Amino acid sequence: MSFPHAHLLGIEPLAPENITAILDLAEEYVTLNRSDTKHGDALAGLTQINMFFEASTRTQASFELAGKRLGADVMNMAMQASSLKKGETLIDTALTLNAMHPDLLVVRHPQSGAVDLLAQKVRCAVLNAGDGRHEHPTQALLDALTIRRAKGRLHRLNIAICGDIAHSRVARSNILLLGRMESRVRLIGPPTLMPAGIEEFGVEVYDDMRAGLDGVDVVMMLRLQKERMDGGFIPSEREYYHRYGLDAEKLGYAKPDAIVMHPGPMNRGVEIDGEIADDINRSVIQDQVEMGVAVRMAAMDLLARNLRARRAG
Amino acid sequence: MTRTLFIDARLIDPEAGTDAPGWLLIDKGVIAGRGAEGAPQADTVVDCGGHCLAPGIVDIGVKVCEPGERHKESYRSAGLAAAAGGVTTMATRPDTLPAIDSPEVLEFVARRANEAAPVNVLVMAALTKGRQGREMTEIGFLMDAGAVAFTDCDHVVTDTKVLSRALSYARSLGALVIGHPQDPGLSAGAAATSGKFASLRGLPAVSPMAERMGLDRDIALLEMTGARYHADQITTARALPALQRAKRNGLDITAGTSIHHLTLNELDVSDYRTFFKVKPPLRAEEDRQAVIEALREGLIDTISSMHTPQDEESKRLPFEEAASGAVALETLLPAALRLYHAEALDLPTLFRAMALNPARRLGLASGRLAVGAPADLVLFDPHKPFVLDRFALKSKSKNTPFDGARLQGRVLATYVAGTVVHEAE
Repeated sequence: MSFPHAHLLGIEPLAPENITAILDLAEEYVTLNRSDTKHGDALAGLTQINMFFEASTRTQASFELAGKRLGADVMNMAMQASSLKKGETLIDTALTLNAMHPDLLVVRHPQSGAVDLLAQKVRCAVLNAGDGRHEHPTQALLDALTIRRAKGRLHRLNIAICGDIAHSRVARSNILLLGRMESRVRLIGPPTLMPAGIEEFGVEVYDDMRAGLDGVDVVMMLRLQKERMDGGFIPSEREYYHRYGLDAEKLGYAKPDAIVMHPGPMNRGVEIDGEIADDINRSVIQDQVEMGVAVRMAAMDLLARNLRARRAG
Repeated sequence: MTRTLFIDARLIDPEAGTDAPGWLLIDKGVIAGRGAEGAPQADTVVDCGGHCLAPGIVDIGVKVCEPGERHKESYRSAGLAAAAGGVTTMATRPDTLPAIDSPEVLEFVARRANEAAPVNVLVMAALTKGRQGREMTEIGFLMDAGAVAFTDCDHVVTDTKVLSRALSYARSLGALVIGHPQDPGLSAGAAATSGKFASLRGLPAVSPMAERMGLDRDIALLEMTGARYHADQITTARALPALQRAKRNGLDITAGTSIHHLTLNELDVSDYRTFFKVKPPLRAEEDRQAVIEALREGLIDTISSMHTPQDEESKRLPFEEAASGAVALETLLPAALRLYHAEALDLPTLFRAMALNPARRLGLASGRLAVGAPADLVLFDPHKPFVLDRFALKSKSKNTPFDGARLQGRVLATYVAGTVVHEAE
């Protein structure tokens, strides 16, 4: 099992075999999670702290469940409500944490690079649960596991990522991961939601959704944040749905067996038609949630092994 | 003891564009003679040992944090840093707390500066009150009090009517206005230059086009008003043709750039290193090369340190939140020498941009090795290698992007009006 990393801060530092190591172990946890006992002891005795500087329900619940299933003592700290308001800096937060001797720290922060900064200052394994518009590595890993289970492989697939690429950490992590696993990534969205220089990432960019979906194996939709809907980046919600919302007609351009993904939470009728989201023949959105717990168990397990090995000397 | 003779020097003369061995005589604080052979008698003889003797650096745009944030940099600490870096004249910025926008504040600052700093300090004043871009400052009174230029620093005056009036009024007094060419809309909230790197790091970014748009706007207003104008930092290739046209059309315009944009690029930010966060943000390598070429041709006139002290707390934050700016008084010369060692620019060209041109733009007699010019000089060894330790800097703030960098070139001695203000140990 090849995973020589102290932290999981992003997909960028991971080699293809590191990604495969997480996914392979996650497969075992999918089986465990479907069994009656649902309990392992890989994290027994370890303390996991979930620090969310930005509100999150699903990701935090997924990390919490993953830690508890592997026997860790899990604590949630809702940071947006506490010390930030009192003016504490991230560095002070890190020093405070060190005194509590956590072993695994799961962090979400609204600023790109903030989790890297924290990782430099704490003495435990850090998992990035999303930093600004930079990376969200466990989301990309759970997407990869979902795709691999549905398609049998991660290479030589045509995968379209549609929507607000510019503000999406999910898109960045997925572009990096899928490129590294030798699949072809297409990005679809209006130019106002496309980051500068994105062509240099080895992706194809489309502003016509039908052309972009033509013949793809996987359609990955992104959430459009409410605050970006009114005039700033796109003219209106209804025009966006007309041009970039995934409906049966547009999905018809993809391969007949193409799967539909969404990181959630969905805006039905904005980026995705409700019926498609619920179509059990096409949508793997519920699978993504299930894979999320397994992938997070695998990532924390691997980091804990490295942590224990380092501490042992 | 008034006549000092420098022998066995490598004289760097930016006016003549020469770099040649010779002697230089100073008498009563001014340069009294120079030559290749046949040195005259003097009270004191300094053997330069073949090292470089050049006009002291004239640095436009130094931030000293008085009044308001003396813990970041005082006139004393900035003056010592300048002397150690071969900077003999600092033109200081008015972006203090409060802004230097009234003759009373300016007089206070000028008095503090001249008591505390061992080098020449010239004070710049804000162009608009509180740097708010609404009402012009008392440009006439401020000039009487000694203001050498007027600038709102990195606050762009967005209201073009306010700016055009301020430029017209400044023109009637012959005042120099320094602009920060940057379109405020495009650059709002930006922490990096748009492109692959910023997208990979997920940082809010500004197109380099914002600089050209800012410059184009200012040039149009110069055509209207005929004011004397200096662009503080030109850092992108796309802004250069506009600058060239404006100069060809006879506008009274000059432009500077910062040492960081000349020697670093956006990739140096690496894993969110906040000491590399400057304003405007570091650019692509192609832009850096274009700016070096523009300096060689003389299209860009000056190099500044854009010395901006920030305390540790302002920098130990996530990249977007962290303060912009870097200290550079002491690293300006060794960083500039990287361009010399890379054979990108020769020493007379560097000192034309670091001494002669900024002195001329401010109407000073210094910046030259001519007889009669003030004996503001820097003696340096361009080859001496060292590894920079930020805690060894004389600045109170230690926010340099060159911490741990291998640099070449050390100041051996700095003279202001013939008096030694710094000597290497």
